[in-house]
Amino acid sequence: MDRHALPARASVAPLLEAEGLALKVGERWLCCEFSLELAPGECLVLLGPNGAGKTTLLHTLAGLREPSVGAVRLGGLPYSGWSMPEAARFRAVLLQQQPDHFAASVIETVLIGRHPHLGRWGWEGVEDERIARAALADVGLAGFEQRDVLTLSGGERQRVAVAALLAQSPRLLLLDEPLNHLDLRYQIAVLELFRRMTGEGRGVVMVLHDINLAARYADHIILLDGRGGVLAGDRDTVLQADCLSHAFGHPLRRFEFEGRVSFIPE
Amino acid sequence: MPVRIGRLLVVALALALAGLMALAWALLAGSVQVAPADVLAAVLGGDGMAANVIRELRLPRAVATFVCGGLLALAGGVMQVLLRNPLADPYILGVSGGAAVGALAGISLGLAAAWVDAGAFAGALAAMFMVFGLAHGDGSWTQTRLLLTGVIVAAGCGAAVTLMLALAPDTRVQSMLFWLMGDASGASRPWAALIMLLGGLAAVLPVARDLNVLARGELSARALGVNVRRLRLGLYVLASLLTAVAVTQVGSVGFVGLVVPHLVRLALGNDQRVLLPTAAVAGGILLTVADTLARTVMAPQQLPVGVLTALIGVPVFLFLLARHPR
Repeated sequence: MDRHALPARASVAPLLEAEGLALKVGERWLCCEFSLELAPGECLVLLGPNGAGKTTLLHTLAGLREPSVGAVRLGGLPYSGWSMPEAARFRAVLLQQQPDHFAASVIETVLIGRHPHLGRWGWEGVEDERIARAALADVGLAGFEQRDVLTLSGGERQRVAVAALLAQSPRLLLLDEPLNHLDLRYQIAVLELFRRMTGEGRGVVMVLHDINLAARYADHIILLDGRGGVLAGDRDTVLQADCLSHAFGHPLRRFEFEGRVSFIPE
Repeated sequence: MPVRIGRLLVVALALALAGLMALAWALLAGSVQVAPADVLAAVLGGDGMAANVIRELRLPRAVATFVCGGLLALAGGVMQVLLRNPLADPYILGVSGGAAVGALAGISLGLAAAWVDAGAFAGALAAMFMVFGLAHGDGSWTQTRLLLTGVIVAAGCGAAVTLMLALAPDTRVQSMLFWLMGDASGASRPWAALIMLLGGLAAVLPVARDLNVLARGELSARALGVNVRRLRLGLYVLASLLTAVAVTQVGSVGFVGLVVPHLVRLALGNDQRVLLPTAAVAGGILLTVADTLARTVMAPQQLPVGVLTALIGVPVFLFLLARHPR
């Protein structure tokens, strides 16, 4: 699938590493130093209350922002060691807002994901179009190819954005609230899609609001408490009622039902 | 969008044909009647009075208007992507305002045409550097900041222009107004502008797919591997230079730079690889046709070409907009 060679270390190193990472916006520390590694096949979920800095952290992990302290490595190399198109073939980013200022068809919007795979003068070919159509089918939008994105509902637009990400065929996906605007059925469908992708050896990092979905899909969790505190580790270490209650500022109770853990607000 | 080679070929052929027809009409129309065969002979290097009229007057003017229409449409298309604003046109960042201040200062001092042109170009460059310097001052470089700085500089230039008009002697006010509305009668040195247009296309086409990505937002473009900083700086300088050259030749002709990219977008979609070269040719056609009308409909009276571009463009644009409810 990857037509372009990756830097030598990329294939053996963890997909993503944060080492002594700390973030500061203005005068405020969003999180104190923490370290983390994401191996192929793993899923990391970022949790925290509004304004805790989940998006800032995701952008830092995606190389769109310099870390205030510490280092981020993608496939074993700092972002400065990657050319921008190379990095874009390795990792894809789903942003929280999908800016559509000009009209465009759904298939054109999805084909944007092929950009880093094409050369300077390259045009999207038959193979690119096949990948884009398959990505649309994966998010349940087969047959929407010629629709104008401006005429879609919020949930459909969100799925178009996910399809564009799939068309980018990255090794690592960084997703800012991928379930925005999605109904229950597509929330699960999209999460199952990401689980299949981790099954293929890709990595997923995502910001979620639903603690119970995080409990179901995450291998690792970073919990930000909005006051600079950060808890990073395995799912079962972080997902404790007292830690969550502290971070979200609301008491939560843990239940176990048929082997599945859920947290219910008091 | 995957290439539809057949469709692109049809578009290219239609544009080439329309472009040749527009140029041919510009060479044929005028107070001195010249037969088509003689026009062809004159262009290819024939002799005689008619041949002189064609070669010395009509050909340079036809080429100049064609090229300037192309420059303005290309600059407008680039600005719309750079500012991600469908209302952007080549003048939005004050380049034409600066040129107007330079040109009107030249006219009010009674300078020769070449000096007026030089003043316009210097004014355009001054506005470009001023907007860039102010918008870029603290190292940040956001669309809103660039847009606001440009609009404010343009407003300042507008005030200076009004002041000069108010103070100018009556005899010079009319040529000032003509300059402001866009006037191709002095356009006679088109070759530098032509090189600029070809250079602009050569610079922008290799990054046209990057522009498609940039149109979706700066952060998304960076995530997709586009060097946004360098690209935006390049686009800003390019669009400003293209506009400066066009404005120096034909004054601030309105409408071409705003509407031609939209016309092309409505007809062919928003792929910059298709849109920008098509807009350049379509802008050339529109301005050539408008200028030929401007000097023939009320001959021997010449109208400012900017009035004609708006008179042609407004109904065409409204018609297309009504047909495409998106």
